Amino acid sequence: MLEIKNLHVKLEDEDKAILKGVDLTVEAGKVHAIMGPNGSGKSTLSYVLSGRDGYEVTDGSATLLGEDILDMEPEERAAAGMFLAFQYPVEIPGVGNMTFLRSAVNAQRKARGEEEMSSTEFLKVIREKAKDLQIDQDMLKRPVNVGFSGGEKKRNEILQMAMLEPKLCILDETDSGLDVDAMKLVSEGVNALRSPDRGFLVITHYQRLLDHIKPDVVHIMSDGKIVKTGGPELAMEVETHGYQDLKEGA
Amino acid sequence: MAMLKPKAPEPRALDLAETRIAALTLPEGGWAEPARRDALSRVRDMGLPIARDEYWKYTKPDTLTAVEPTPAALFEDDDAPVFGAFDRLKIVFVDGVFDADASDDLALEGIEIERLAESRADIHWAKDIYGTLEARGQTPVKRPLAALNTAFATDGVLIRVTGKPSKPVSLIYHHKSEASDAILHHVVKVEEGAELTLLENGPAAARVNMGLEVDVADTGVFRHIRAQGRDHERRAATHIFGRLGRESAFKSFTLTANGVLTRNEVVLELTGDDAIAHVAGACMGDGDFHHDDTVFVTHDAVNCESRQVYKKVLRNGAVGVFQGKILVEAGAQKTDGYQISQSLLLDDDSTFQAKPELEIYADDVACSHGSTSGAIDEEALFYLRSRGLQKAEATDYLTLAFLAEAVQEIDDEDLQAEIVERISAWLFRRRAK
Repeated sequence: MLEIKNLHVKLEDEDKAILKGVDLTVEAGKVHAIMGPNGSGKSTLSYVLSGRDGYEVTDGSATLLGEDILDMEPEERAAAGMFLAFQYPVEIPGVGNMTFLRSAVNAQRKARGEEEMSSTEFLKVIREKAKDLQIDQDMLKRPVNVGFSGGEKKRNEILQMAMLEPKLCILDETDSGLDVDAMKLVSEGVNALRSPDRGFLVITHYQRLLDHIKPDVVHIMSDGKIVKTGGPELAMEVETHGYQDLKEGA
Repeated sequence: MAMLKPKAPEPRALDLAETRIAALTLPEGGWAEPARRDALSRVRDMGLPIARDEYWKYTKPDTLTAVEPTPAALFEDDDAPVFGAFDRLKIVFVDGVFDADASDDLALEGIEIERLAESRADIHWAKDIYGTLEARGQTPVKRPLAALNTAFATDGVLIRVTGKPSKPVSLIYHHKSEASDAILHHVVKVEEGAELTLLENGPAAARVNMGLEVDVADTGVFRHIRAQGRDHERRAATHIFGRLGRESAFKSFTLTANGVLTRNEVVLELTGDDAIAHVAGACMGDGDFHHDDTVFVTHDAVNCESRQVYKKVLRNGAVGVFQGKILVEAGAQKTDGYQISQSLLLDDDSTFQAKPELEIYADDVACSHGSTSGAIDEEALFYLRSRGLQKAEATDYLTLAFLAEAVQEIDDEDLQAEIVERISAWLFRRRAK
């Protein structure tokens, strides 16, 4: 599904390389976790894949379902099935959560040449999905993320994910700022979206999120490279020994 | 109060005034004539604004003071009129002249409405307000165009609110002649405990000089929502003078989209304790557009609150100006004053000039002011695009988000939605181009 080969990335206005040859394949139906110390390049990878400005790919490739995504605009990648759940979701005052989400759903459908969703149908679907995430009517009507607690913001990200039905979901430090109950709720939302034709890339610093979202494969990233790949037991190893041993082991 | 002695007017400013006055006719007779004559001598003493005036540093006054208005092409507005779906009492002016056929019957429970042009009696409630609030607003800063307005206004409405009318009063202005020049002056008196919502929309004329004096008695409420018309070439100089009694509220919001020149001045005096004054403006300018908000709020009572919230979206060389002041007189303790002026510059060609000021003579007050100028937030733009929105659509959403704080100053949810609708339509038209 997602195929990254020898990806080298630097900041646009600096010469310093951040990603130094990342190789990674995420298959449909699988959950891959990327763990790593701060500054290892985890978040950069998520930004580069979703098309944020400010980075320059100096070598390598990334394809989603066989399509080269690196030359696409962020909205084209979204329409192609890419979704990034932000570590810090942005507040947009004056724009209703539901209005925004309906625009996004229909923009993607339009880009794919599909029929737009009617407001009745949209309302029906969003009410159902919001209920599962314990998002009430008030939160749907309020401006996007404005006045939301940390947990509400992350639940709102998952609601967007559920409505947009992406092929590949990247979760960037989704556990940051969440208490145990909120993390459980968010994880349940993510788990409900697991399906044989959808891939997940879960980026996290800590192992605890992976107790709730069970990964199939765990990668350790260090200094812009994936230095170790294994099963869920690798996450436990990090929990017990920290990243230092793994780096040395590499 | 410490104050600089006003400079003597420049001979050129005085000449300009005489030339302008000579081309106008002072309406005679009735209760307003003494006030008009007083205003005339104020204009003669002050002269008209010239480019060198400190208060006109960022906005060229010449087209506003010239004898002849600059012609403005008529504008075909294919949108449904603003506030069109609202139940309201309509009062229509065409190029500054009252249009009886297009207007509703000027009768509504809890309210008395008369035309300034027809009000010729010697005794009238408006006598204590007409020109009085304007004259009070001439210190410490002179506003000659407002005095000119008081002297020569040819039409307008006098609204006395004694109760809580069931619907808003809506002033609708049409511009139907290319070289029209209108001088309109309205007076509103909100009596104790009474409430009024006043709506205004439309461009009024190729050039308009508009005056509005509002006296809100103790516990009265005045709400004002104005949409200034989308004519590209029109020019407008407007003044709102407000005086607020104890526990009264004054809330005014203005939407400006298009117009080559707009100078909106608001001068408010909080004279009774526990009063609230909120003034806000949202403007969108594209290309040949100059918009100036000049606001002066004086706190002269205890425990009052004032807010000034001004947001401007500018592109293709559009210019925005904000001059805002909060003056807290000695004794106006527990004042809560807030002022924010911000611009969103959608390209490098647009400019925003801001002069925020605080002048405080009381020691127990909380006043804040801030002014910023910025571009679209890249992080927010990326967030929206990553959800599938095209860049242009995402930019529009962020523009709406930027204007939200000003628009939210409108209390009524339906009217707020109406204004948001107008802004969205304006943005959509730009995107479609």
